[in-house]
Amino acid sequence: MAVRDDALNPPSFTLRQKLWQMHWLFILLLAATASVGFAMLYSAAGGNLDPWASRQIVRFGVGMAVMITVALIDIRLWLKYAYVFYLGTVALLVAVEFMGVEGKGAQRWLDLGYVGLQPSELMKIALVLALARYFHGTSIEDVRRVTHLFVPIMLIAMPAALVLRQPDLGTALMLIITGAVIFFAAGVRIWKFVLVGIVAVGGAPIAWGFLRDYQKQRVLTFLNPESDPLGAGYHIIQSKIAFGSGGIFGKGFLQGTQSHLNFLPEMQTDFIFTMLAEEFGMVGGFALLGLYMVILIYGVAISVRCRTQFGRLIGIGVTATFFLYVFINMAMVMGLVPVVGVPLPLISYGGTAMLTLLFGFGLLMGVWIHRDVQVGRRGLADEV
Amino acid sequence: MHGDQERQKLFARRTVMLVGGKLALVSMLAGRMYYLQVVKAEQYKMLADENRISLRLLAPPRGRIIDRFGVPLADNKQNYRVMLVSEDTRGLGVDGALDLLDEIVPMSPGERRRVLKEVRRNRSFVPVTLRENLEWEEVARIEVNAPDLPGVMIDEGQSRFYPYGKNLAHVLGYVSAVSEREKTGDRLLELPGFRTGKSGIEKIHDLSLRGSGGSSEVEVNAYGRVIRELNRREGLPGAEVRMTIDVGLQQAATKRLAQEVSASAVVMDVHSGDVLAMVSHPSFDPNDFNRGLDVDDWNKLISNPAAPLSNKAIAGRYSPGSCFKMLVALTALERGVISPTGKVFCEGFMEFGDTKFHCWRRGGHGLMDVVDAIAQSCDVYFYEIARRVGIDRIAEMAVRFGLGDPTGLDLPGEKPGLMPTKAWKREARDQSWHQGETLLAGIGQGYVLVTPLQLAVMTARLVNGGFAVSPQLTKSVSTTGVHTVPERHEFPQIGVNSRNLAIIREAMVKVVNTPHGTAHRSAIDDPRYSMGGKTGTVQVRRITKAEREQGVLKNEDLPWKERDHALFVGFAPADNPRYAVSVVVEHGGGGSSVAAPIAHDLLLAAQRRGSARDVPIRQSGGAQAAADRPQGAGGDEAAATDSGVRALINEG
Repeated sequence: MAVRDDALNPPSFTLRQKLWQMHWLFILLLAATASVGFAMLYSAAGGNLDPWASRQIVRFGVGMAVMITVALIDIRLWLKYAYVFYLGTVALLVAVEFMGVEGKGAQRWLDLGYVGLQPSELMKIALVLALARYFHGTSIEDVRRVTHLFVPIMLIAMPAALVLRQPDLGTALMLIITGAVIFFAAGVRIWKFVLVGIVAVGGAPIAWGFLRDYQKQRVLTFLNPESDPLGAGYHIIQSKIAFGSGGIFGKGFLQGTQSHLNFLPEMQTDFIFTMLAEEFGMVGGFALLGLYMVILIYGVAISVRCRTQFGRLIGIGVTATFFLYVFINMAMVMGLVPVVGVPLPLISYGGTAMLTLLFGFGLLMGVWIHRDVQVGRRGLADEV
Repeated sequence: MHGDQERQKLFARRTVMLVGGKLALVSMLAGRMYYLQVVKAEQYKMLADENRISLRLLAPPRGRIIDRFGVPLADNKQNYRVMLVSEDTRGLGVDGALDLLDEIVPMSPGERRRVLKEVRRNRSFVPVTLRENLEWEEVARIEVNAPDLPGVMIDEGQSRFYPYGKNLAHVLGYVSAVSEREKTGDRLLELPGFRTGKSGIEKIHDLSLRGSGGSSEVEVNAYGRVIRELNRREGLPGAEVRMTIDVGLQQAATKRLAQEVSASAVVMDVHSGDVLAMVSHPSFDPNDFNRGLDVDDWNKLISNPAAPLSNKAIAGRYSPGSCFKMLVALTALERGVISPTGKVFCEGFMEFGDTKFHCWRRGGHGLMDVVDAIAQSCDVYFYEIARRVGIDRIAEMAVRFGLGDPTGLDLPGEKPGLMPTKAWKREARDQSWHQGETLLAGIGQGYVLVTPLQLAVMTARLVNGGFAVSPQLTKSVSTTGVHTVPERHEFPQIGVNSRNLAIIREAMVKVVNTPHGTAHRSAIDDPRYSMGGKTGTVQVRRITKAEREQGVLKNEDLPWKERDHALFVGFAPADNPRYAVSVVVEHGGGGSSVAAPIAHDLLLAAQRRGSARDVPIRQSGGAQAAADRPQGAGGDEAAATDSGVRALINEG
């Protein structure tokens, strides 16, 4: 088949070579974004490193280590064990169903004794890997056949259904949309998306029946937050007030009245962007949005630059997940979509999402390092 | 690999589309930010301010009440209380903190239950009051141990304080927490710890004393915790009420009446109507009400037969007895049924129909004219002239002298008493009037009921030249602390012949100052201060015929409840009356032996002190008032309250 060029495509790089290949500018961007988060957590605690900022810094450090480790692992290894990883995560999701610990009214956590594990977060990565592996091994003609879409749809549907049962609407939607993005990038015909879109709109009333009361409430409250200003609509109204009162230039670092006076709920987690917008105004909001866009563009660029479909799809899947975090969180705090409990990537306080994202970025980095590596259908290049 | 290149191209195309879609979504976010932070910014800024700024009401200090010379009678005292903030108790917990505190300031189990209940009801940062009105020593002990008492703090507030305690309880009244009924929507009343006047002057002048609330704009967080104060507008302190009372005289009177079981007295200025002293004994200490009364003390108060909670000076109703005789005589003189020199023979009783009406002197007084009859209190004379003039005319005169209706004193709870007429009996009892009842009314017994205040007003009207003076307790109400001498109020003429009034007055002077007078033993020796008056002894039981034959039982031999009421009304100085007094000693015995000596002491004290003097008060404050203390009327001695009484008791 292809001409072996050992200089360009060695069976494996040395560690030094891989580190040299690391996309350090990208890492710098991530660190810059995380630093914004540290500053906001410092402010959320009223000008204190404790209790949030200090721990978040440690988490980011751990996350970076995880990211670099993931990046160094040969991409063919990821391909080889993609399904295993996926099935293992599905098993964990099933385990949550039976042994999960309730948190905020939903079963999401597995108590592993010393550390809590949230399989639905892990699933975001596992699904990207599994779909990338599937479409990597599918020819362009196969992709256009409906029959070949059955397996990947099941790959999405199974975890989505399990996550929805927890119930975690936000994550389920993220899984489905990420899957759809990979389908789209893999070349599935556009009319099929249109069709699914129409079916989805038609089926919405049926889906409504399956929603839990609190989920229905969230949607209803979203549509008219003022209807319940002290109850469920409180979050959205207070968030919008904090947002709007920030104006163009904001009230200044540590000066946000709404957040510091506790009118703003969960300001260190889901609503941290509101606090940023209150303190730094529209200018600050745009700046952060710009930073995220740069990360996104780099992610897309890395994907497009990759020579293998597996790497490309991983790249686009990871950036899609990242983008979804950003978009859903920001749209949520500004009252554009219902409150679904999605954190702001790299900034919100919390370890799980941070780890998921840095794991994902580790894969993206791996794609960059192994951008020119030939990858066979089942894994290592020499099996081609 | 051909297929792969094609896939890569397709991927690139699709990625461009995806990125386009993402950019579209991002511009949507940016647009939303613009909308919220630029287009709607003003609206949200306003909402944000409303969110964090809360307007808190500040309670104004309650106005002081001072006596006519500026001595504070009701003041606000720094009140130290110990509070507990449950969230600050750290590891100790509320129970632990209370245990520790218990060693310093003991708490009853009941109090502890109340505290625990309040702690549960409030948010953890809300201070809960553990104990109020701490002694200074307790404050010091808590402060010293502060490091070991997390969450416990001392708080300063103001509480009402009555420096003269029992002396003025009935007049001043007291304040307590706002009741549901009182809430009118005034936000001041919703303040925790706000108190309103519940009786007495505190109630009558409650609105003036309250003042108006200030406000404090504070920044609060979503839980209502105050972060800092942004703006403060002080309220108006309550107005100062200056009373007509001379607290020195009041103290002397309280002390004097305390020698009896149950008694009341009123001293007033016969011209201005100023009530200079009003005492009802026994009394209670309104400061106890502030501190919180325990059940035992409360039960003692309400079960006491001498009714310490009731102001007997305005709410006690008694037959006036012989104190009523002046009005009967005046009616007879005015109506011409008897001349000033006309005589009636008293043989010790008078037969009317088949009933024998006895005179208090079994042997009789012999021939009596009006002056003698009053001076010696001859009952038969008054049976006779009452019979001649009739009850309705007597009642009409009595009403003109202030009986039968409330006097209109500015104090809640005044009783009207009763002045019977034929019409009244028909209406109230559905019975016709018996002439015998007129005879009884002639000596102030039967249906006639008066309050001690009414007796004082009656006396004042008899001796002030015939003016219908009305009593008052409020001299002035001032928001500035300056009280000027008010212009003399002109009271209307009663419209009785002044010659007849002079006869009555002469007779009353003789009651005290002639050897035959019933109150001769209570005469004031100093001619400058000499007094006039009238005794009254009121039977509270029926004396049966059998008892009368065997000899009427002496008061000392009767149970307290069945003993006679002792009454006295008087005035001084005798030649130019300025002070009127009424004294009622419940079940005290004889008016001449028990009530007259009290009247003697009060009139002497009032004159020596110059209680009725009017002085302007320029500045509020105890020091100023002390300097302005009344001097002796003659200027020869400073009549401090206690020494004044001692001096006059020695003299008597």
